[in-house]
Amino acid sequence: MTTATLETTRRSARAAVRRRGRRDLLKHLGLGAFVLLMLYPLIWMIVSSFKPDHLILTEPGLIPSEMTFDNFAEGWNALNRPFSVFFANSLIVTVGAIVGNLFSCSLTAFALARLEFRMRKVYLAITLVSVMLPMHVLVIPQYIFFSQLDLVNTYYPLLIPKFLATDAFFVYLMVQFIRTIPRDLDRAAWIDGSGPFRTFWYVILPLMRPALVTTTIFTFIWTWNDFFVPLIYLTSPKMFTVPVALNSMVDSETQSGVGMLFAMSLLSLLPVLIFFAVAQKQLIRGIATTGLK
Amino acid sequence: MSRVSRLHRQGGAAHVFLIPWWLGLVLVTAVPLVASLYLSFTDYNILSTPEFNGLENFRRMFQDEYFWAAVKVTVIYVLVSIPLQLGFALLLALILDRGLRGLAFYRSAFYLPSLLGTSVAVAILWRQIFGDDGLIDRALSVFGLELGSWLQNPSLSLSTLIVLNVWTFGSPMVIFLAGLRQIPEELYEAAKVDGAGIVRQFTSVTIPLLTPIIFFNLILQTIGAFQTFTQAHVVSGGTGGPANSTLFYTLYIYQQGFTNFDMGYASALAWVLMIAIGLVTAVHFVLSKYWVFYGDD
Repeated sequence: MTTATLETTRRSARAAVRRRGRRDLLKHLGLGAFVLLMLYPLIWMIVSSFKPDHLILTEPGLIPSEMTFDNFAEGWNALNRPFSVFFANSLIVTVGAIVGNLFSCSLTAFALARLEFRMRKVYLAITLVSVMLPMHVLVIPQYIFFSQLDLVNTYYPLLIPKFLATDAFFVYLMVQFIRTIPRDLDRAAWIDGSGPFRTFWYVILPLMRPALVTTTIFTFIWTWNDFFVPLIYLTSPKMFTVPVALNSMVDSETQSGVGMLFAMSLLSLLPVLIFFAVAQKQLIRGIATTGLK
Repeated sequence: MSRVSRLHRQGGAAHVFLIPWWLGLVLVTAVPLVASLYLSFTDYNILSTPEFNGLENFRRMFQDEYFWAAVKVTVIYVLVSIPLQLGFALLLALILDRGLRGLAFYRSAFYLPSLLGTSVAVAILWRQIFGDDGLIDRALSVFGLELGSWLQNPSLSLSTLIVLNVWTFGSPMVIFLAGLRQIPEELYEAAKVDGAGIVRQFTSVTIPLLTPIIFFNLILQTIGAFQTFTQAHVVSGGTGGPANSTLFYTLYIYQQGFTNFDMGYASALAWVLMIAIGLVTAVHFVLSKYWVFYGDD
């Protein structure tokens, strides 16, 4: 190749890089604008919760001309009880649900993925089908059942199902994960004289950590945001979780201002946002591999 | 140890491991499923004993204008918001896929609404954005459009919830991105060698290999959309109004079952929903034979 042609190739390569750089810049500008548009409502809510009520609807911009913490102070006590009660309730329910799911789904998944018994395939199929079953078809008899046991307005109806492996999604997720763990590890444990329980506890469970983390994250987010089930079962305000409390604040919206509503809404999202910030990577991986929402 | 006795021993252990699952299957799933089927043929208000009334609940449904309103709202919501949501998800996934820097940032930013979209807090936010003098109202008044509150307007209120669902395109987008990663680079190379341009590569490589993922997202999001509750409840204050324009099907089940305590009728409504979801899913699976591409066979 002559120097001249080499020079032109080099030049055109450099031009291509420059073109690509320019195209990427345009892409970034477009995407950046779109991100801003998408997140504008959330940012507006954050800013508005620091504004005095009369400015929230008159100032659509993001820079507040006046700042105040009144919305938080007043909103915290806007209902008959301080929001600390509702946050504590949400925490109890959420932690309970996480413990329940980790316990029951991992036991189930281990049996379905590793132990040999008749009907294994049938059980697995039942689990898969029950993922698709809409909860609304079950919720009425469940309600009747719990009300006959006098458990309405307690947390048992929210938590008992979690301890019985009914979030079949997580069972499925864990089964898939256990299948990627080499069988040789079980065999080694088997030869060393471990029965299924020791194998589960000392070999499989520690190796399942990524699946357990994904389960924890999604159980946290779903339970924290859940509205339908607490709305049905929790009747007295002292038992309300945060979403139900927020909803009852909306009902009395005429008295409580928009600012307070925004301030408390923002606080209710905070745990989810923190969880997201900390566990982003596992979360994204979790969705990508399983299609969880 | 012989295989049979080992199987036997593992079978015993398996049943211990499966105790919670068994209890859940029977008490939380199977018995309620059968019970709600039975209740759907009864008149039951939780205080008295269920009274068998045959097909009365289903007959009543046909004449119930609220039932038809709920069906209409839910079907429109699914038909409009799902294609838009998946369209955005696919478009953004394609834009982000080609080795763009800052992928992790964009992915998280677009995913954030999916994370929060079904919360009461965001529904409250939506009430303000589309309410009287809200962000949208103000923005449109700049262009001389005076629509007032979208939530008070029966012809606009459903669209606020459609927008909310489209806004959560991040979770299918993440799944699309994962799917795009799975497409082997060799296929693009081979296509290039065969003289395929960008467009041809897209239509002959990317789209066919992505169809299983599109199908997966379609099923998942459709089943979810049929069961939309929180947003509709909060945005309409639990009424499904104005003029039943946000009376989502599950909201109607809730009203009948837990406000009117008409649990027989609510069970019948729930069974119709389950059958509808089952049928839609089955139709999707049948149709998938014609457009979903599974490997080289």
